[in-house]
Amino acid sequence: MAHPLHIGAAIDGAGSHPAAHRSTPAAPYELFTAAHYAHSARLAERATLDYVTLDDSFAAPGRPGVPGRPDALLTLAALAPVTSGIGLVPTVTTTHTEPFHVSKGIASLDHASRGRAGWLVEVSDTEDDARLVGRRPVAPAEELWNEAGAVVDAASALWDSWEDGAEIRDVATGRFIDRDRLHYVDHEYVRREDARPEDGPHAEDTGWTVRGPSITPRPPQGHPVVFVRADTDDRLRTAARYADAVLIRARTPERAAQRRAEVHRAVRGAGRDPGQVRVLADLGIVLDRDRRIAEERSARLDALVPGDGAPETGARGTGISGAKPSAPSRPAATFAGTPRDLAREIEAWSEAVDGLTLRPAVLPVDLERFAADTVPLLKEAGILRTARTADTLRGNLGLRRPANRHAPTARTAPTAPASEGAPR
Amino acid sequence: MSASDRRTGRRIRLAAHFPGVNNTTVWADPRSHSQIGFGSFAHLARTAERGGFDYLFLAEGLRLREHRGRIHDLDVMGRPDTLTVLAALSAVTEHLGLAGTLSATYNEPYEISRQIATLDHLSGGRAAWNVVTSSDAFTGENFRRGGYLDHADRYERAESFLRAARAFWDSWDTDALSPHTGTRGTARPGAVHPVSHRDRFFDIAGNATVPRPPQGHPVIIQAGDSPRGRDLAAAQADVVFSRHGGLEEGREFYADVKARLPAHGRDEDDLLIMPAATLVLGDTEEEAAERARHIRYQQVSGATAIQFVEQVWGRDLSDHDPEGPFPTVEPDLDTVVTQGKAAARFHDRAAKAREWRDLAEAEGLSLRELVVRVSARQTFVGTPRTVADTLVEHVETRACDGFVLVPHLTPGGLDEFVDRVVPLLRERGALRTEYEGATLRENLGLRPRPAPDRGATREPSGAGEPTPVPGP
Ligand SMILES: Cc1cc2nc3c(=O)[nH]c(=O)nc-3n(C[C@H](O)[C@H](O)[C@H](O)COP(=O)(O)O)c2cc1C
Repeated sequence: MAHPLHIGAAIDGAGSHPAAHRSTPAAPYELFTAAHYAHSARLAERATLDYVTLDDSFAAPGRPGVPGRPDALLTLAALAPVTSGIGLVPTVTTTHTEPFHVSKGIASLDHASRGRAGWLVEVSDTEDDARLVGRRPVAPAEELWNEAGAVVDAASALWDSWEDGAEIRDVATGRFIDRDRLHYVDHEYVRREDARPEDGPHAEDTGWTVRGPSITPRPPQGHPVVFVRADTDDRLRTAARYADAVLIRARTPERAAQRRAEVHRAVRGAGRDPGQVRVLADLGIVLDRDRRIAEERSARLDALVPGDGAPETGARGTGISGAKPSAPSRPAATFAGTPRDLAREIEAWSEAVDGLTLRPAVLPVDLERFAADTVPLLKEAGILRTARTADTLRGNLGLRRPANRHAPTARTAPTAPASEGAPR
Repeated sequence: MSASDRRTGRRIRLAAHFPGVNNTTVWADPRSHSQIGFGSFAHLARTAERGGFDYLFLAEGLRLREHRGRIHDLDVMGRPDTLTVLAALSAVTEHLGLAGTLSATYNEPYEISRQIATLDHLSGGRAAWNVVTSSDAFTGENFRRGGYLDHADRYERAESFLRAARAFWDSWDTDALSPHTGTRGTARPGAVHPVSHRDRFFDIAGNATVPRPPQGHPVIIQAGDSPRGRDLAAAQADVVFSRHGGLEEGREFYADVKARLPAHGRDEDDLLIMPAATLVLGDTEEEAAERARHIRYQQVSGATAIQFVEQVWGRDLSDHDPEGPFPTVEPDLDTVVTQGKAAARFHDRAAKAREWRDLAEAEGLSLRELVVRVSARQTFVGTPRTVADTLVEHVETRACDGFVLVPHLTPGGLDEFVDRVVPLLRERGALRTEYEGATLRENLGLRPRPAPDRGATREPSGAGEPTPVPGP
């Protein structure tokens, strides 16, 4: 029996291929409706996948097609009430948004989904992003990823700023909360010491502080699952310190296995246990009844893309509006073939990585074919679970619920406490 | 139904306020459930939609309140993120407006405009934004901007913030993604216009990444009370959320705010005034009054009463018996003991202290009784019929255009109102039986926000409503 994999799906817009917009049956305006994303998320949920991801950025994604996309956190929040088992992992950027807002946004997705929230941490590294906010010029990747780490650190301190059970509702003493179980976080991040007038109205913006506590009680998972894409050294450093799930790209299972070993080394180097980190590789998929037809379709899609035609896989490619290219150089694997062959391909990855983020080339088509024809084979082969093992994303990924840093004894509760007191 | 009931045919607008983090919300009642779990929000939203309400309203405060240097622990505390909750609610409601309070001080225009535009798309045109300004350094400690704005500046920033947000909402032509433009899978070339907004607060340039919202502009709510706040409302808002729910003070406020409209080229119907109100029902007037009294004493526990007076007294009164006489020690007016929103409530503490002392003495009130008396909010107490009559009277006589109802129980606090008062309001034609419009803006009876005229290159789209992005 093969080793079961953690499988997720990217449900971005028209699909993951840069020419997806030329092929999807979805009309452009539908990419801003909840129904479009709900369709893909339900497919993934019924297939007992672990999670769906939705990318985001302030400026337009640097690729052809509709020059925009909806806010990822809010779009996945709209899916929370219409799904019940699938993990919801939006990209939320850390460069321009206040850590306080980031923290409570992710915590609230976790509350609304009863423990199914993840957070794909990203930075804003283009001039276009910076100008839309106008608070600071674009910064080098090293600085941005250091800061991203500090934001994750502050966000998780805010998640812990309410201990589990801080809400006591003690009628006898009239106290709603036990304030001894609420904590200040007092985080400070100094980006640079000097303030230059030429930086415009926000020259004073040299970093940030957060006093705490959060206004939002600790989320059901304790800490929603932190995903970091680790395609560069800067990203890997932050991933090693803070990520529960590390996304990688590799052309082959062999290279993926090497990369996983590198990630594990970095995680150990940061003083953490690699057993509590999942390494997940991207896999683009183009599916058809017949291998030849799938390959032709894949080639046709590639031919529609100006330039080198390499499928874009998540991070942002060359900007159509002059955005500076920010896509990491590691290419990802793409599979074009039949749903049956895909099952064999996925099996070939099962020793190399902990799981895969499938990137359907065109939505919803390639996800529908995967769900209908590949999933039963994967279940038969024991590569995909036939039922979920837990009701939280953390639980399904086999990750422990973290103890609160303020809890008197470092207890680890196996499951989330109920945050729901109200009738549905 | 008598003919006089339809005198002016003024319709009542209703909003459901999710119970707030203050002592209006009674958490000690056995029927009180989670303030955080999504089920509570879904319950209240479904109740409001069943009752034909215009929108559900979420308040927001970005720092936990403190009292005498410690986190306040007597009231409900904690809430989820406003936008996240509203986005989730869009999935369990069909017609109800989704209004959120978001600070123009501790956010950035591009991000907020994009989030609200996303919410408007996800909900098919039901988003509303209560634009609040916050300047206190206390809240600012959670953010990089600290407390650097003073009172006048924060309204200037809010006004600039709103102009920037509107520029982003207007920056995609309404037909940018129309299936009839002949483009394959992308926007019509030339349909996305760059935005540039530069002044002493902002330096913003670039393209929006979300199409024009279905409402054109989501509904704008304003809750400031100062002359500057009222002017901002008259210039920019669609709805004022006010504290002036009484008949007399309501009429005064209503006349004052509506008189500011012509200066901005707007008329009476362009701005709705909706004060906060609580209500208590009973089968008889006596029963309702008894229930109201019971609720007031639940809201004002002995400990809460003492802390309430401490806010004005500026000193520790914990050695006082709440059921005993009103304090005779002098207030310490130089000390502020409460941090957070409630601190702003008392502008002239010396006058308040005198007033309370005189009242307690004249009527022989205990400390707690005094607080029950002076902290009463606008409350309608009566049978379903008298409450319905009173609500209608307020609207008919232009004390307001409707109400933001604040229940004291989470999440069932409006169930009884919807079961017993709503049918009476419907019977007399004061409240819709079905949602008439497709968007919140339409349901509120507000004028559409036409797309900006960008000159002669586009064919005239006719006056009025911009073509919404077609639904699936
Ligand atoms: C009815 C009402 C509700 C309010 N709700 C909020 C709120 O939820 N969050 C917030 O930060 N401020 C809230 N405010 C505060 C206002 O935004 C504003 O800061 C305050 O009224 C002081 O401004 P002013 O001097 O113009 O009145 C509210 C004000 C009123 C009158």
